[in-house]
Amino acid sequence: MRGAQLAVVTAASLAVLACSSGADKKGDSARGGGGLTAGGADLTGAGATFPYPLYSRWVSEYAASTGVKINYQQIGSGGGIKQLQEETVDFGASDAPMSDSEMVKAKGGPVFHIPSVVGVVAIAYNLPGLTQPLKLSGPIVADIFLGRITKWNDSRIAALNAGVALPNSDILVVHRSEGSGTTYVFSDYLSAVSPAWKSGPGKGKELQWPVGLGERGNDGVAGQIKQTPGAMGYVEMAFVKQNRLTAALLQNAAGQFVMPSDEGATAAADAAIAKLPANTDYRISIVNSAGATAYPISSLTYLLVYQHMSDAGKAKKLSAFIKWALTKGQQFASPLDYAPLPSSMVPKLLARADSVASGTGR
Amino acid sequence: MSEDVAPLVASRPTPAFVEAQIEGASYGDRVYRWATTGFALVIPILLVLIAWEVFRAGWPALKTFGPAFFTSSAWDPVNGKFGAAPAVYGTIVSSILALIIATPLAVGVAIFLSEFAPNWIRQPIAFFVDLLAAIPSVVYGLWGVLVMVPFIREHVMPFVKDTLHLGDFPLFTGAAYGPSMFAAGCILAIMILPYISAVTREVLRAVPRSQREAALALGATRWEMIWDAVLPYARSGIVGGVILGLGRALGETMAVTMVIGNRHELSASLFQPGYTMASLIANEFAEATNDLHVSSLMAVGAGLFVVTVIVNVIARWLVWRTARAAGSAA
Repeated sequence: MRGAQLAVVTAASLAVLACSSGADKKGDSARGGGGLTAGGADLTGAGATFPYPLYSRWVSEYAASTGVKINYQQIGSGGGIKQLQEETVDFGASDAPMSDSEMVKAKGGPVFHIPSVVGVVAIAYNLPGLTQPLKLSGPIVADIFLGRITKWNDSRIAALNAGVALPNSDILVVHRSEGSGTTYVFSDYLSAVSPAWKSGPGKGKELQWPVGLGERGNDGVAGQIKQTPGAMGYVEMAFVKQNRLTAALLQNAAGQFVMPSDEGATAAADAAIAKLPANTDYRISIVNSAGATAYPISSLTYLLVYQHMSDAGKAKKLSAFIKWALTKGQQFASPLDYAPLPSSMVPKLLARADSVASGTGR
Repeated sequence: MSEDVAPLVASRPTPAFVEAQIEGASYGDRVYRWATTGFALVIPILLVLIAWEVFRAGWPALKTFGPAFFTSSAWDPVNGKFGAAPAVYGTIVSSILALIIATPLAVGVAIFLSEFAPNWIRQPIAFFVDLLAAIPSVVYGLWGVLVMVPFIREHVMPFVKDTLHLGDFPLFTGAAYGPSMFAAGCILAIMILPYISAVTREVLRAVPRSQREAALALGATRWEMIWDAVLPYARSGIVGGVILGLGRALGETMAVTMVIGNRHELSASLFQPGYTMASLIANEFAEATNDLHVSSLMAVGAGLFVVTVIVNVIARWLVWRTARAAGSAA
């Protein structure tokens, strides 16, 4: 009996050793045995936490209809890019496009950015007693986050909100404390609308914030806003609804005040895509997009795949999954508070996904 | 009690006899001995390897920024400037604040349990105090965010500022948002209390009975006996427990991150948000893609490693000194 137990333990530890050495090796044999490390999944992916609720829905729906198992780990965009570069996953996912220097470090050759869904970042605030949503413009939001506007009854806020009784209290700015794609999108927007922001904190997943409190995660920021009268912060749209926060009407590039919504974000993506050349790599920003109904803080989130995968079988499976996600998968976006891709984008992305499957290898 | 133990001790085999047994041991015994020796060696080897890796990974940042890394307060990942001064400062201040709050409480609890408490209440209270150590950090954090921080914002901060009129005192300036160095100190105090209390309880129990009887025989009251005879005797052991608690506080991550406000700024005011080294690493590591950023976080880790090692060495030394003093007195 004890001998049997020992044998089991030994076998298990050998398996662990085999897995870890497999992960270190870059050889094809290790990749062939990749199924062992992924617990039997056909494809493995890792990256952004923001689209995780949607991706996990996709994975389960896709497995139910096709039997193809996909393992997606939400380790953060940065981690997803690193793992893709090292070829330890079949696909990565990121809220921010890879930089040129990150693309060069990818060991498997050219990387395709395939937008999978549109995200919406809302400006949420807590002002008890206010009945209608506050109207804000990009430069005002930037100046609040720069610490140049510190009171709720500042003349510039009051000018946009005639007839609203604004309190003479401090604005408590709340931002993310950890590196996040949401911060990237928000700071990308502020850089687009405010020269002072662009030359000051700039855009990135982590910033040197001029003012405010750092809270961990969308839920941390939402919780702090909910608790503190006078607070303002940025969160993904889903968290506004979950926490019953109030979102501000934001002035878009066309001068209209729009509420964060999936339609507004899809419209923003549509307007931005219309201007792109045919051979775009989709490493673009769709913040402050033109279009009367476009919501200005919208963003694409990406699936990152190698153009030429060394394993032809996996390439086919991955291509089929991406095509499913771009078509049937889009219906799951709105119920989870993501915005579906505009229909104008889909045909070109499908063609791109096809070229992954027909990749000839290196 | 000691009379009961003595014969047992005498009947144990002498060390020389044990040694002889090992010399002539069977093959199985020798394998067993080598295997356990190997297991024991794994720990120091692991420690050295971890230290080596952390320092190696942090070296590029330390080389780039020099000593300014620990004195500058610019932490700007976008422009590649890193200075960990607010995090170092916040780590030390929040931990010391926690000690100031927790030490009197923990020592008081330990004195009550070892000197005053009747048996029927001693066990349950000791159990509950020890239970504090078993609560996961993130649960403390949630409690901190949902209960403690709102309480501090709505009651403690207004009381200090408006009722006591201390709003202009440097320690209490600034807007009262809730998440702050003070909140971090409070939550750390609760978290380290069981460690200090448990060590102090053991140390007080180790104070010889003769010490207490002598004080009482000289006409001391119970209070004087504890204050003048028991506590001085146990002093270095208690300090060891306090430093053990300090070690815990320095490295605590999750709960602190959730209540400290995560702001890279040096501020004398305890009511302002701050940062700690551990929470900085936990917050930023997952999304740090730039090499210098990763290296800077590793350098912060190396700094934290050095601080905790120093603290633990001091704690060991103090406990060892107490044990020796107790041994020579008995």
